[in-house]
Amino acid sequence: MGFFFEVLFGGFLAGVLYALVALGFVLIFKASGVFNFAQGAMVLFAALSLVRLMEWMPIPLALLASVAIMIVFALAVERLVLRPLVNQEGIILFMATIGVSYFLDGFAQTVWGSEIYKLDIGLPNEPVMILESVFDGGVLVNTFDLAAAAIAGVLVLVLAIFFQKTRIGRALRAVADDHQAAQSVGIPLRDIWVIVWSTSGIVALVAGIVWGSALGVQFSIALVALKALPVLILGGFTSVPGAIIGGLIIGAGEKLAEVFIGPCFGGGIETWFGYVLALLFLLVRPQGLFGERIIERV
Amino acid sequence: MTDSGGRKIGDVLLKVDNISLAFGGVRALNDVSFDIRAHEIRAIIGPNGAGKSSMLNVINGFYHPQKGTITFRDIARTDIGPYDAASRGIARTFQNIALFRGMSTLDNIMTGRLLKMKRNLLWQALYWGPAKAEEMEHRAAAERIIDFLEIQAIRKVPVGRLPYGLQKRVELGRALASEPDLLLLDEPMAGMNVEEKEDMCRFILDVNDEFGTTIALIEHDMGVVMDISDRVVVLDYGKKIADGTPDEVRGDQAVIDAYLGVSH
Repeated sequence: MGFFFEVLFGGFLAGVLYALVALGFVLIFKASGVFNFAQGAMVLFAALSLVRLMEWMPIPLALLASVAIMIVFALAVERLVLRPLVNQEGIILFMATIGVSYFLDGFAQTVWGSEIYKLDIGLPNEPVMILESVFDGGVLVNTFDLAAAAIAGVLVLVLAIFFQKTRIGRALRAVADDHQAAQSVGIPLRDIWVIVWSTSGIVALVAGIVWGSALGVQFSIALVALKALPVLILGGFTSVPGAIIGGLIIGAGEKLAEVFIGPCFGGGIETWFGYVLALLFLLVRPQGLFGERIIERV
Repeated sequence: MTDSGGRKIGDVLLKVDNISLAFGGVRALNDVSFDIRAHEIRAIIGPNGAGKSSMLNVINGFYHPQKGTITFRDIARTDIGPYDAASRGIARTFQNIALFRGMSTLDNIMTGRLLKMKRNLLWQALYWGPAKAEEMEHRAAAERIIDFLEIQAIRKVPVGRLPYGLQKRVELGRALASEPDLLLLDEPMAGMNVEEKEDMCRFILDVNDEFGTTIALIEHDMGVVMDISDRVVVLDYGKKIADGTPDEVRGDQAVIDAYLGVSH
């Protein structure tokens, strides 16, 4: 029984990491109806910026500088990509984000280098035993997992307050629904886009910190974005809590499947189990667990 | 000026001078000038492709004319953005309804209040304590519009699910929510049955009468146009061919030719 829970908790950690990436997608989808293909590249760019800046300056300063870089990036995306494409179909904006993604992958590695960098911002990382009184032998977890979960929790809380307790949420949904109508009632489209892309960039930075601390900062973290896809399908493209719950389900599902049903298939099912789960989900509940009924396919 | 039903038609509120707009080689508007006076109902008519919607798009800043000026409340500009237009008191509806389909009727109307909310969006995001009281106040304003347009029953329904006629009414509500000085209506009665048209006519006249809102509308139903408008401007192939009271326009030979077609 203790082993089951160890696998489960390990899965939850992976899930938290997926959820952090998925959150960035959800924010931009909510505000512009666009599936932002560049989210993975943003995670890479943010993490690389931080890890290289830390060689030059103390950690808090490097964090602030990385946030500033992501805000400048958001301003550039609004000015150079989104503004010329106002009132275009969602699919056209989606194609544009593919372009942004390739540009950013190359740009990030040109500016900051393409080695594997070790990222240590002082997150705790040591194994501890918990629940020893409940199970024989207890459950072995890593404090890093707990720290990552706490970071994700705080991030979601802040985002929930930002978007639900303020009227910005209504303006966001309006912009996502219809650019022209939003402009006609005087919603400042450009401000909204800059706010959302900045927020999404900061979420990418947080995801980059957690991923980078776990795996090292390297090109492959740009590909974790693909793992966020099944998470989004499960949680719904428009739901912040959905991204978290979806992430946990996919993460835990993957690990449990690998350990308990993997042997029947000869193992290695972890890499595709999430996608199959998402596929089944699409058949039953295409809008996801918490998504709005009216959604767009990507 | 004329006095009909208690409202006084006032001075010129909006004036467009020598507006020319082209998309590549297509001239959508060619040297068009006319004015709209405060509190009047001004119709813009013309056959399909005459440039009527382009004219509205110029007035509310979606299109930027290559030539000409737009003078709104004594400030002349050549090119304004939709945000400027909205914040200076121009609201509009669209020919193909442009509502926020996933949102409820009430939320749609509330978006029309966004400009009335005091602090800008970033401030609201950072500072939400006093914003609560303000929200209540705007909610009350939205409810007054819902009562006025008799759409209480669909307050919580996502507008994507409503029948066409009601969607048009919600769109009018969203435009009214910003308490505009000038309301632009692009074919408010297109695709409606007789009953719905009568309702819409009543609402337009009531808005004009009770709030004193100046209205510019595009409409194809000549019966309606002649009934409710104070003055009519007629466009054909991007040019103004007539301008005057409904009676004057009705008898104008150029207008009759434009509508019936004439061999040149």
